[in-house]
Amino acid sequence: MTYARRRIVNRVAQVCTVLCTVAVLVPLVLIFGYLLTKGVSSLNINFFTQLPKPVGEPGGGMANAIVGTLTLIGLACTLGLPIGVLAGIFLAEHRQSRFGWAVRFCADVLSGVPSIVIGIYAYTLIVLPMHSFSAYAGGFALAVIMLPIVTRTTEEMVHLVPDTLREASLALGVPAWRTMLWVVLRTARGGIITGIMLAVARIAGETAPLLFTAFGNQFWHQGLGGPISSLPVQIYTYAISPFDDWHRQAWAGALVLLTLILLTSLAVRVLTRGRVGTAI
Amino acid sequence: MMTHKLEVCALNAWFGTHHTLKDINLQIPDGAVTAIIGPSGCGKSTLIRCLNRMHEVVPRARVTGHVLIDGHDVYGAGIDPVQVRGKIGMVFQRPNPFPTMSIFDNVIAGLRLNGTRKSRRDLAGIVERSLRQAALWDEVKDDLHGSGVGISGGQQQRLCIARALAVEPEVILMDEPCSALDPIATAKIEALIRELKQEYTIVIVTHNMQQAARVSDLTAFLYLGTLIEFGPTERIFTTPEKKETEDYITGRFG
Repeated sequence: MTYARRRIVNRVAQVCTVLCTVAVLVPLVLIFGYLLTKGVSSLNINFFTQLPKPVGEPGGGMANAIVGTLTLIGLACTLGLPIGVLAGIFLAEHRQSRFGWAVRFCADVLSGVPSIVIGIYAYTLIVLPMHSFSAYAGGFALAVIMLPIVTRTTEEMVHLVPDTLREASLALGVPAWRTMLWVVLRTARGGIITGIMLAVARIAGETAPLLFTAFGNQFWHQGLGGPISSLPVQIYTYAISPFDDWHRQAWAGALVLLTLILLTSLAVRVLTRGRVGTAI
Repeated sequence: MMTHKLEVCALNAWFGTHHTLKDINLQIPDGAVTAIIGPSGCGKSTLIRCLNRMHEVVPRARVTGHVLIDGHDVYGAGIDPVQVRGKIGMVFQRPNPFPTMSIFDNVIAGLRLNGTRKSRRDLAGIVERSLRQAALWDEVKDDLHGSGVGISGGQQQRLCIARALAVEPEVILMDEPCSALDPIATAKIEALIRELKQEYTIVIVTHNMQQAARVSDLTAFLYLGTLIEFGPTERIFTTPEKKETEDYITGRFG
């Protein structure tokens, strides 16, 4: 291949990759822009501080749904993160074992289970025995959804940490558990946090599994044992209603949900940025 | 009279079903440099990793036999490998400073990761002493809080030596410490080894025979997992007793 020809091929490949990158970014920008134009006019301080008003009454907000979504994410993380991260570490440490293979296979299948099915599962397991829709049931359903994502990313990230670092630590007379905590996890931190953020972003927008677990609530929730409102369910309810002002509220809700996810991702990134920086 | 710091008795090691080390017996004297030479795959690294119980870290690896340090068996019942590794430090083939830590934190990593509580001043003292011992202090003293991987390969390897020295071991094992370094960095590490043997017992694995001749007092020649010959370096290189040793050092194989 001549030099001139290689230059052309190089240029073509370059242009292709740039176009593809743009193609990836365009949907996000379009969605966000569209939400802005549709939703920003309904956003005001009341939206963040007030409860929904009955149909026909102007004003009102989604304060309960915003708090509800944050509560549900909090519950899901409390349950899903420790189990997911620990399972991921186990898989990374026992890659060859038969049990590890089985766990990995189950995690992959679990991540393919439709979220509505996980909702039914939580309904049968928690809502029926408790005789009540509850924040617990919603948080549980979301935790089950985030579990395989957290597990698999943790496994991959921990596995990427070079064995030489583990050995360096062990050879200093550091016990295995401290090596795992302070050397391996610290090195893999950036990647694990990315995985967690992906999982949180995923569950923050889930509607189906919440429909018959957390159920929804037009008022402030009364404890975690009762039904709780959430942004996706509230958006869903408003969007399928025949009322114009509810549609506008739904757009505003969608805008708030997306902004919330963007801001948490950004905040976690900034707050966990190490002094020296991570290897991965 | 030379005292024996380490005594290897009837040591056998396996990787799965592969018998890597066959019945090794070796006495390593105190305050000297002992080199282990031999062709690739002869078990040099395995032998050195058996001395501080790092061999068993690898899945499916197995050891039998004894390694005595000052007469105490590191494979004895109830002996914690973590404690053995605190006494017998190790430097690896490729420099492996912790990428998430600064130079300062790398040096005291062994202390800090073990939960040792010390004042900032004591730690600073340990960092300076260890870096001076590793002949790195003058090059990094103005950038102690820079990244441990932001320095050259040779400096990184000396940082790893400083890190091993900071936990105050009695023996230092070096597994081909210069094979990833250029000749100038290698010369610095070799000078350092000669310096360190005043205070520490050193065992070095090398596939570079000139290096063994330059730095060691005693040399062990390992071939296919068997210890062929062991004695003063000068004698091994001038009048080897075994035919295999002679063939190897004259470059007829390996």
